Amino acid sequence: MYGKKVKLRVLFLFLLLSAIVLTVFLVLKSLEENVVYFLSPTEVKALNEIKKEKIRVGGMVKKNSIKINDKIINFVITDFKNEIIVRYDGLVPNLFQEEKGVVAEGFLDGKNFFRASKILAKHDENYMPPEVKEALEATN
Amino acid sequence: MFKIFGVNKMFSITYRFQKYVFFLFVVFLSVGLVEALLLSPPDYLQSDSVRIMYVHVPSAWVSLGIFSTIAFLSIGNFIFKNKNFSLIAKSLAPSGLVFNIIALVTGAIWGKPTWGTFWAWDARITSMLILALFYGMYILSWKIFEDKLQVTKITSIIAIIGLVNVPIIKFSVEWWTTLHQPSSVKILSDSTIHSSMILPLFLMTAAFVLFSLLIFLMKYNTELIKIKNKGLERL
Repeated sequence: MYGKKVKLRVLFLFLLLSAIVLTVFLVLKSLEENVVYFLSPTEVKALNEIKKEKIRVGGMVKKNSIKINDKIINFVITDFKNEIIVRYDGLVPNLFQEEKGVVAEGFLDGKNFFRASKILAKHDENYMPPEVKEALEATN
Repeated sequence: MFKIFGVNKMFSITYRFQKYVFFLFVVFLSVGLVEALLLSPPDYLQSDSVRIMYVHVPSAWVSLGIFSTIAFLSIGNFIFKNKNFSLIAKSLAPSGLVFNIIALVTGAIWGKPTWGTFWAWDARITSMLILALFYGMYILSWKIFEDKLQVTKITSIIAIIGLVNVPIIKFSVEWWTTLHQPSSVKILSDSTIHSSMILPLFLMTAAFVLFSLLIFLMKYNTELIKIKNKGLERL
């Protein structure tokens, strides 16, 4: 139906795309720990050694865990399996709240303590008007 | 397999369509903006900054859609040597790049008050930047390479290589941990965005698609005029 040239071009594109997909896959796979933006407390627990370099830890801010004394903020990041206690001195974004997502950038002090140098709020994929949120909370 | 139209016929079609597309674009944009800025509710958490989303998300969708279209047209052109495909792809590229840049800029404007940072090197944002680089390469290579046969081949290959990046953008928020949130509008399961916010989102998407179509028709018309001026009857 099609000429020999057309078949050769299809084969060429197939080989080209396969080669690129495989290369990209291998590169991303081997760089996995750099492609992820943050680690969960469980992944921190599973680390073989305490990392000296700057890392990011993310999860939920545990309920009733934020304690502010004299500009220093202490709170707990949880993924509902493991927890990590964070200590931070500085400004937090407006959306930093208990039971909301957070990403802390800084250094590990053992596997349970984290000295943050920067706090980012992580927004989840839920979008709704305030009335709907209130209604949801009322039914719970 | 693919019918090659006469240039004059194509020209009259693309020329006549422009005013209808422009009219529809104005209608959708004005209704969409009123919905997005006035009628839709603020978000429970981010309040009014949710309105940036009505520009950010449609721009990202349109830029991804246009790049995929360019890539598939390039595959068609590479295999079947249909010159019309490459002309359509060439005329689509500028609006794709513009919407890609709008998505990145509005994302940064939203990120500062919400996350606390303009930029994060997470997988979603970085792969979106890579898409902008591919758009740049694609558009520039049309200008750099003079040889007619060479230029269609090179631009096609660039678009086809860039196609690999498209699923990475789409699934980056699921494959890795990112600062960017996962998608709220889902096809297979329930959306996690309230229905009152979906309407302005879709209206704005329609407006941006129509705008891209309008710019495409203008660009494509220009390409046809260039061919006419060279005295060629067919593409």
